[in-house]
Amino acid sequence: MIIPRKETRILVQGITGKQGTFWTERMQEYGATVVAGVNPKKAGTEHCGVPVHASAVDAQKDTGFDASLLFIPPLGVKAAALDAIEAGAKMILCLTEHVPVHDVMYVMAAANEAGTQIVGPNTAGGVTVDETFMGFMPAFNERIFKKGSVGVLSRSGSLGTLLCQNIVSAGFGQTAFVGIGGDPVIGTTTRNALEALDNFPGTEAVVMVGEIGGAMEEDAAEYANTMKKPVIAFIAGGAAPPGKKMGHAGAIVMGDKGTYASKKTALEAAGVNVLSTPVHVGDALKEVL
Amino acid sequence: MNFEEYAAKPLLAASGIKVPESVLVYHPDAAGEAAERLGGCVVKAQVPTGKRGKAGGIKLADNADEAKAHAKAILGMTIGTHIVEKVLVEEKSDIKREFYAAVLNDPVSKGPMVMFSTEGGMDIEEIAVETPEKLKSHAVDIRKGFSLDDATALIAGLDLSGAEAGVAETLVKLYDAYMVNDAELLEINPLIVTGDGSVVALDCKFTLDDSAIKRQEELATKGAPDKLTELEARGESAGIKYIELDGDVCVLANGAGLTMTTMDVVRHHGGAPANFCEIGGEAYTKAKFALEMVLAKPGIKSLVVNFCGAFARCDVMMEGLLGAWEELQPDIPVFFSIAGTGDEEAIRMLKEKLGMDPLPNMSEACKAAVDAAKGSA
Repeated sequence: MIIPRKETRILVQGITGKQGTFWTERMQEYGATVVAGVNPKKAGTEHCGVPVHASAVDAQKDTGFDASLLFIPPLGVKAAALDAIEAGAKMILCLTEHVPVHDVMYVMAAANEAGTQIVGPNTAGGVTVDETFMGFMPAFNERIFKKGSVGVLSRSGSLGTLLCQNIVSAGFGQTAFVGIGGDPVIGTTTRNALEALDNFPGTEAVVMVGEIGGAMEEDAAEYANTMKKPVIAFIAGGAAPPGKKMGHAGAIVMGDKGTYASKKTALEAAGVNVLSTPVHVGDALKEVL
Repeated sequence: MNFEEYAAKPLLAASGIKVPESVLVYHPDAAGEAAERLGGCVVKAQVPTGKRGKAGGIKLADNADEAKAHAKAILGMTIGTHIVEKVLVEEKSDIKREFYAAVLNDPVSKGPMVMFSTEGGMDIEEIAVETPEKLKSHAVDIRKGFSLDDATALIAGLDLSGAEAGVAETLVKLYDAYMVNDAELLEINPLIVTGDGSVVALDCKFTLDDSAIKRQEELATKGAPDKLTELEARGESAGIKYIELDGDVCVLANGAGLTMTTMDVVRHHGGAPANFCEIGGEAYTKAKFALEMVLAKPGIKSLVVNFCGAFARCDVMMEGLLGAWEELQPDIPVFFSIAGTGDEEAIRMLKEKLGMDPLPNMSEACKAAVDAAKGSA
């Protein structure tokens, strides 16, 4: 599972923290099915109207959940995610930035074996419009998210939000938004998210928001080539100097690897409309929808 | 964070890999003294970048006088963007074969990747392009590790001039060093076989995972931090990602993707960004300091502020920005684009405090900033 649904039972690990509390409340207001939280020190209490457990394994026994959302500091992510995997989570969405990559790889190996889908780390989360959301996305802002037929995926939360706003202001709306995260090693790739959106009910076109660094957009282009639905892309970082990490750990151009040109060429060869600026997304959608 | 050769090699030695004897020196006289003791030696520039040999930063010396002369020539030379301030004087090795070995974080297999090639001495991109069939790799399950059997299987069928067992052991030790040191990349190039059959690491490249620095604090003190401008260093110490660029249109935005895009759109409209300045993530409350940073660069002509709130709230960023505004009184034209979490409140504050409205979208804000910069030129 990459895209949660309204009935998806969500566990929030780190629910009692400031951000955990604030965003859990927003998710509940939106209609997300938050069933429980985890904080070993506050097990047995209630927070945001749901029971708090000592671990994800306990939460699974007592309450039952499908997907876990991690509001956990970087060095705690490995243990928290392994707990959720052991508990049988179908999906773990990790918001945390600056998780040591060796820890991420350990979690990936365990998740792969258990059949758990990891989204992130270093993502702002996902929105299934008018159903549910996980993470810190302005799902409730109707100038940014409105029910429609466009699937959106993004490595960056803020830039993904901007594209969503442009989609709505052009008179369109979204089925779902998938934030995959800005780290170099992530659980759900551009290609995975593109495939999930392609198969998501009601999606008629996909907007892909990528950035320089890595080869995920090139890989996704292969899948785009097999799609019947139109794909529109924007790739950030065309003006970035080489060899510098542009904020995201994954956004770095080394030599001729990970360049804007390489991504644009691969996507255009697959029939993807690559936009020169994000505000053109509305015009591009009008051509195909 | 990158490490220079002299700081990376001891990490290999600590895991039991043989490295040549060497002395780090800062002065030609000291290079001469070291060579006196080592005999035939190699004088190597210590800078955190590749292609040192091609740049003339690595020289063989047969005696102390030659070592001193080479050190004198190399110290102070520029390699890439680095000025050489220190050289490693290393005993000369008897090279019979040159291999390539590395362990790195692989985004495709989402785990460690051990790589080996019989074509050492070249850079790995060249090996991958020119002789891909000679590049062997093994994707590791990090929970299980990399065993001697795995290493033996990786090099099976290669002619390593009788050093097969030594190479396999070295690969296991290399993986150990990669794990212990939270490496993003740990590379030996070349890994040599000497005349007497020993397997020795002649050079080493180590990149520490930046996200692991908080649990590798002592190790991180030995790294070579990125060369920062004064403003970039100020940003780093305040927890703001600031990169200084050549242009005159300042960029202030939240989130890495959005900030990069703001630069792209400035360029799209024919302008040149003066900086990358990002206050996303936890840094979004630092808008006040960020404004000081972007305005501190000399020669700037306009500013585009692009907020698109998700986690970062537009109203919190705007509050910080307006706080700094009164103090700094910017004398360049500023253009805003505001959307997302807390946007209505932020727009209201902007109107109330500065009597300004945001532009309808980021493209128009960037275009206005570019036009203003050109108009004042």
